[in-house]
Amino acid sequence: MSESKAGEAAGNRAAYEKTVEKFLQKAPERKAAFRTGGGLPLKRLYTPEDLEGMDYERDLGYPGMYPYTRGVQPTMYRGRFWTMRQYAGFATAEESNARYRYLLSQGTTGLSVAFDLPTQIGYDSDHPMAQGEVGKVGVAIDSLADMETLFDGIPLDKVSTSMTINAPASVLLALYIAVGEKQGVPMEKLSGTIQNDILKEYIARGTYIFPPKPSMRLITDIFEFCSAHVPQWNTISISGYHIREAGSTAVQEVAFTLADGIAYVEAAVRKGQDPNVFGKRLSFFFNAHNDFLEEVAKFRAARRLWAKIMKERFGVTDKGAQMLRFHTQTAGSTLTAQQPENNIVRVAVQTLAAVLGGTQSLHTNSYDEALALPTEKSVGIALKTQQIVAYESGVTETVDPLAGSYVVESLTNEIERQAAEYIAKIDGMGGMLSAIEKGYVQQQIQDAAYATQKAIESGEQIVVGVNKFQVEEDASERALLKVDESVGAAQVKKLQAMKASRDNLKVQECLSEIRSAAKDEGTNLMPKILEAVKAYVTEGEICGVLREEFGEYRENIVL
Amino acid sequence: MSERKVRVIVAKPGLDGHDRGAKVVARALRDAGMEVIYTGLRQTPEQIVQTAIQEDADAIGISILSGAHEYYFGRIIELLKERKASDILVFGGGVIPEDDVPKLKAMGAGAIFGPGTPTSVCIDWLNSAVREKWARETA
Repeated sequence: MSESKAGEAAGNRAAYEKTVEKFLQKAPERKAAFRTGGGLPLKRLYTPEDLEGMDYERDLGYPGMYPYTRGVQPTMYRGRFWTMRQYAGFATAEESNARYRYLLSQGTTGLSVAFDLPTQIGYDSDHPMAQGEVGKVGVAIDSLADMETLFDGIPLDKVSTSMTINAPASVLLALYIAVGEKQGVPMEKLSGTIQNDILKEYIARGTYIFPPKPSMRLITDIFEFCSAHVPQWNTISISGYHIREAGSTAVQEVAFTLADGIAYVEAAVRKGQDPNVFGKRLSFFFNAHNDFLEEVAKFRAARRLWAKIMKERFGVTDKGAQMLRFHTQTAGSTLTAQQPENNIVRVAVQTLAAVLGGTQSLHTNSYDEALALPTEKSVGIALKTQQIVAYESGVTETVDPLAGSYVVESLTNEIERQAAEYIAKIDGMGGMLSAIEKGYVQQQIQDAAYATQKAIESGEQIVVGVNKFQVEEDASERALLKVDESVGAAQVKKLQAMKASRDNLKVQECLSEIRSAAKDEGTNLMPKILEAVKAYVTEGEICGVLREEFGEYRENIVL
Repeated sequence: MSERKVRVIVAKPGLDGHDRGAKVVARALRDAGMEVIYTGLRQTPEQIVQTAIQEDADAIGISILSGAHEYYFGRIIELLKERKASDILVFGGGVIPEDDVPKLKAMGAGAIFGPGTPTSVCIDWLNSAVREKWARETA
């Protein structure tokens, strides 16, 4: 800029500030201070001055190139849209199978299995702790028999499947491999994801079984097994989603998720694995919340920060292992039970944020989920929301369209900076495991959750239909999905029949193999578990032996 | 003599891990001057009732988002009866369809607070319901 031009710019700026000052006297702003949903201060106006010191090549670069701020593929959605992957599963394997076939017929491009809580916590349907929970929040899977039904008629070489399973992830992966084998699909050809992220279970989601040490071993055993045998499988989905649902801010979501990621990479490296190899199969899972600009910036910041961590901290040179690939789900905690149809609009805004943030796959929530499990109709609308954004909105036709926006780039920088600060603090505490043990991470999230609740109750934060613009509603006309109470008993009966018809001698053999492998840290548990599930050993039996060998995690209650 | 404080157990029965609501409510009740014991996750109905009796609680607040509310409310209320502790109030919240609320109330639940309920509504209800309970005790 020439000197005269710079002088003119400074003059314009001063004139603007003066105008604003006068304007405010007549028309004050709505609030004394403006903040993002995650609490970052927002200025009235962002200009090139806010991006001073930024270097395009270094900080943004090109799509598909380090540091991947602009996306992980060179052409992004001009090549192919994100995977539209709706999380579903309830009641029995038969009913869930029917829902998957419906979703596939409606144009969904990937499956995402929701398991019931007993399955997620390693109990068979007939365990006393499973009472009242069988088939409720997902499908009940006890053995290979259920898994065969779940994927009946669904070719595993054609779909990719994501499974929300953590503590018993190795068992469910083994079951999937076994079903594939029965369909004639070798494990080299299977693609999909297991969540397998135990650290966020301790922090925010609660479906842990074992203590941290053996849990980390199960995870690194999976990394090793898949690097060798299931090369297209995403071995972990390092999840910020539940951290955000538990109440964290956007910055905390990025920080704690990447800090979890660091802990997994360190654990595998300690076992002698190469981060250039297993690093390629690490995937991430984020939340798409309401605050649109902050969310877009969050995804971009996470990508850039992870690339730097992999390159600078772990010396990773493989491009695939530097890239943060992620799945997104719209924010369940933003759904309201009041005026539930409004949620369709919230989900649409969140969808747009995820897409402008460059997600690789997306689940859109259904409008009735603050009330119950979604119906077929509400799931349909959620999927159509993605299709409308993909095919009609136009935002997919050019790569990373919000890049260069003064505010989006400023927020991207700020989120990255604050997240890096958190990570440094966690490093100082001895890493994520010890930060969790100290209750630090949980406390940070709970403080943020409580602050949000107070802001809503004071009216500082508006939720349409909840603390403003309320209407009288007639709830009686809502059609909600209800899981039949007989599901539990039917599932138990099926399980008992299966147990009576299998080779129980072989079952005992498999279980004792698993027990001795569990005792020896140098043995990879995966092949033993795979052998067992093929012999119809149940998930509860396998986890039961591991519970005896590994012990159980006890929550460190932080309030 | 200092004023008698409301004693509340905030409980997470069963396998459900969603504890944001339970913890926010526990904290709000505590900030409102009540004595709050939060059980943590994975509590059996037996454990919850045992804690409530042992702690001489006025009320048990149950948080469930997994759809298993009928089973857990039913079982906890039944156990309170068996242990002759039905004077302990039971209330709760979570993802509970409105259609199910009358059923839970018929079982003996005093109040069900759905998503979006301000914590002040819960605090007001507890303050008055527990004071009525105390009045019954001295009557």
